[in-house]
Amino acid sequence: MKLGSIIRTGLVAAGLVASATSGAFAQGEPIKVGILHSLSGTMAISETTLKDVMLMLIDQQNKKGGLLGRKLEAVVVDPASNWPLFAEKARELLQKDKVAAVFGCWTSVSRKSVLPVFEELNGLLFYPVQYEGQESQRNVFYTGAAPNQQAIPAVDYLMSKDGGEVKRWVLAGTDYVYPRTTNKILEAYLLQKGVAKEDIMINYTPFGHSDWQSIVADIKKFGSAGKKTAVVSTINGDANVPFYKELGNQGIKAKDIPVVAFSVGEEELAGIDTKPLVGHLAAWNYFESVKNPANEAFIKEWQTFTKNPKRVTNDPMEAHVIGFNMWVEAVKKAGTTDPDKVIAAIVGVKVPNLTGGISEMLPNHHITKPVLIGEIEANGQFDVVWKTPGLVPGAAWSPILDDSKNLVADWTPPMNCGNYDTVAKKCIGKGK
Amino acid sequence: MSQKRLLAGLLPVLAALFVAGSAMAADLATLVANLAAGGYSERDAAITALASSGEARAVPVLQALSAGELYVRTADKTVVIAKGSGKQLALVDAVTGKDSGSATEDDLDRIKVNNRLRGTIDAAMSALTLMNPDPKVRRAAAESLFTRRDASALEALDKALAAEKDLGIRQAMTEARAALVLASDAPAAQKVQAVAAVRERGDRDALGVLQAAAASPDAEVRAAASAAAEAVRQRLGAWQAAQNVWYGISLGSVLLLAAIGLAITFGTMGVINMAHGEMVMLGAYTTFVVQQTLRSVAPQLNELSVIIALPLAFLVSGAVGVLIERSIIRFLYGRPLDTLLATWGLSLVLQQAVRSIFGPTNREVSSPSWMSGSFHVGQIEVTYGRLWIVVFALLVFVTLLLLLRKTPLGLYMRAVTQNRPMASAMGIRTPRVDALTFGLGSGIAGLAGVALSQIDNVSPNLGQGYIIDSFMVVVFGGVGNLFGTLLGATALGIVNKFLEPYAGAVLGKILVLVFIILFIQRRPRGMFAQKGRSVE
Repeated sequence: MKLGSIIRTGLVAAGLVASATSGAFAQGEPIKVGILHSLSGTMAISETTLKDVMLMLIDQQNKKGGLLGRKLEAVVVDPASNWPLFAEKARELLQKDKVAAVFGCWTSVSRKSVLPVFEELNGLLFYPVQYEGQESQRNVFYTGAAPNQQAIPAVDYLMSKDGGEVKRWVLAGTDYVYPRTTNKILEAYLLQKGVAKEDIMINYTPFGHSDWQSIVADIKKFGSAGKKTAVVSTINGDANVPFYKELGNQGIKAKDIPVVAFSVGEEELAGIDTKPLVGHLAAWNYFESVKNPANEAFIKEWQTFTKNPKRVTNDPMEAHVIGFNMWVEAVKKAGTTDPDKVIAAIVGVKVPNLTGGISEMLPNHHITKPVLIGEIEANGQFDVVWKTPGLVPGAAWSPILDDSKNLVADWTPPMNCGNYDTVAKKCIGKGK
Repeated sequence: MSQKRLLAGLLPVLAALFVAGSAMAADLATLVANLAAGGYSERDAAITALASSGEARAVPVLQALSAGELYVRTADKTVVIAKGSGKQLALVDAVTGKDSGSATEDDLDRIKVNNRLRGTIDAAMSALTLMNPDPKVRRAAAESLFTRRDASALEALDKALAAEKDLGIRQAMTEARAALVLASDAPAAQKVQAVAAVRERGDRDALGVLQAAAASPDAEVRAAASAAAEAVRQRLGAWQAAQNVWYGISLGSVLLLAAIGLAITFGTMGVINMAHGEMVMLGAYTTFVVQQTLRSVAPQLNELSVIIALPLAFLVSGAVGVLIERSIIRFLYGRPLDTLLATWGLSLVLQQAVRSIFGPTNREVSSPSWMSGSFHVGQIEVTYGRLWIVVFALLVFVTLLLLLRKTPLGLYMRAVTQNRPMASAMGIRTPRVDALTFGLGSGIAGLAGVALSQIDNVSPNLGQGYIIDSFMVVVFGGVGNLFGTLLGATALGIVNKFLEPYAGAVLGKILVLVFIILFIQRRPRGMFAQKGRSVE
């Protein structure tokens, strides 16, 4: 028996006990909600938390009386950080378990691997992680940040007076699709802003890279050319801890060469001694430290649910909160969990986010979010030093890159297209 | 203009200055209060105003602000410096410097600073602390001025330079002065002189200053600065090669640590142990547990936690190793494919077990202070952590070598791996020796885990990152030869670090793999092949 099915059996059993004791959900079968996050393998470090937050949200919704008078039931599967297995498990969720919606995936490659399945079986996927953009699919809702909701504002901040008027840029990333695409967009953007080509250094490292000595020395060298330098880091997952340790050891201070990271949140910092890192930055749409009644309530519920008073919250968790609430609203609006009706109903749905704003689902299946820049503090939290005045609508296609500058996505009639070419006036459709 | 009229003209100005001066002195409270008001831009101006007031209180207030210890008490809006950790913070009034009771974090509003303000504070502080009685502080101030290059500090620096007695600090100040002159609008002749002084310094920071000066509008300065920058760059180029060798040795020591245990289990016993990386991981988690325990039981021993963890990690990983050998591997001797599959499965089991016990997220293992920071040898930057790991790797290597060559246990091990039936006939309990050998290899992997906990993630995936590299080192060095492992690790480390700057980390790794494949084609038994009948 696989771990996933063990967990599932356990949950079903728990569900049975709960429904037998409460009796509040007398009529109707439970609505099943699929959770597709790796619980083992390399990505378990990030994804396990998202599974827990989904279980908490479903539990809360059930306490509020379920949805459409029916109980919600979580179906947890473990794709084990194995990309083809993501597609298999997605198929299992949609075909065998007949779930009404799936919340899942972390890496872009896992999302790309499940896309055809969701398209073929007409399922719903809520994807909670910041990603490289250049995609809009009818069955997918991107509740994480698109590049214009994270990368571009972060660079703008560093160019501003408060950010230190950075003139030289190191774009450092892990070697896979998200950093490559993001860096391509950023490079085009920087060149557009008049940064000279020799003032941009691009560096890629393998997954889990642990020997950063020469790269950090290179960054130091690049940064001592007499112009203010900053590092834009799309370094993913496990490679961050040794990277930051090396920065600290080689004495690179945030006030000399600040590092702004797109994949380092509260969870990642929990594994590092943050004292040498104070002042380095991260750009997200949510920080645990944001003072706000909704956020404080959420943190409290989360810590009670996980029975750990020190458990931190992070940005993808907030994305799941928003995504789940939007789905609930859309189902209520449509009066059914039928995917086509929910897809039609969800565009325009507004739910409060945890930073005090109201996020809206846009026709391109991205959402509006605020962009926050936070500085790492000694206690492993982020101190927000800058935020966008309002919410930023997510753009599926980057207007900066030549291949995508004419494309727009709109899944409402009459367009109903994920990649409409505004110049040729036609929907490119599949194969793009 | 006659002298009298000049004086008459000056008098009101002087008087005005005097009045302004006393008003400023009296208004330290206003200056400090201004720090708390407005946005970052206003705060930036307030910092400069406070620093130029010449007040003695300005130094501790700015220090506190930079460290994030300056607060506004919500009750009475006074600015206080809060120190200490935990619930109750001890308060000191920022203006008077007097004790002001205590409060919790909730009753205080922190005055926030960002990187830009930290830079401003640094520049202001270095001008203020140039005359500090502590030579270390003076030197730091001079160094900071050199990198910041805020020309407004020139006057203060000249004053400090005149009063400075310490030759080393004088040197630092002269260099800082040159950098400031280059950043100021001084005449070209002075700037050309300054270029020479900065060129003398000849390090990476100097290169930065020269490169900035090379963009100067004055042709003379530009030419001098470009020539000097080129000279410094050439000198640094030579150091760069030395630096790469050091990085290579450092990477090699990590590879050696990870591989040396495998050199025993795979190299001498012939067991393809895919769970070797998990033994490393168990060592790292042992370090974590030791640190956690010490933190609550004996916090004063925290600096030594890594050393205390060493024997424990050896025992934990070694014991697990013995257990694995007795329960699984001994049934699979002579069946390498089955061993490979079984140990690989085992590695997944161990990973998931650790994930279930400690959770999937990274665990924080802090570095003791003697393992943090760096020092310079010439232009080479050596980090303490890496240096200790190199020393430790060599120690482990020598100890293991002595153990194998000089002790009865080592003799038995060699006897059993070379000729099992004969050793058995001589009365050696071969199953026991097998278990101990496997335990030794695993225990050494545990030691590697303690070292790796200092530079890598302590996560369930820790071992996976090292398993391929470890096999590569052992096969490349020559299976069954410890010296081969040592040289293999160092060679791969250095080759990798020389390739990295040119080919990038990803391509560099691929090139190393291709090189090893070609090498193994030519010398299938690695660099140091074992000879003799026992090999067959």
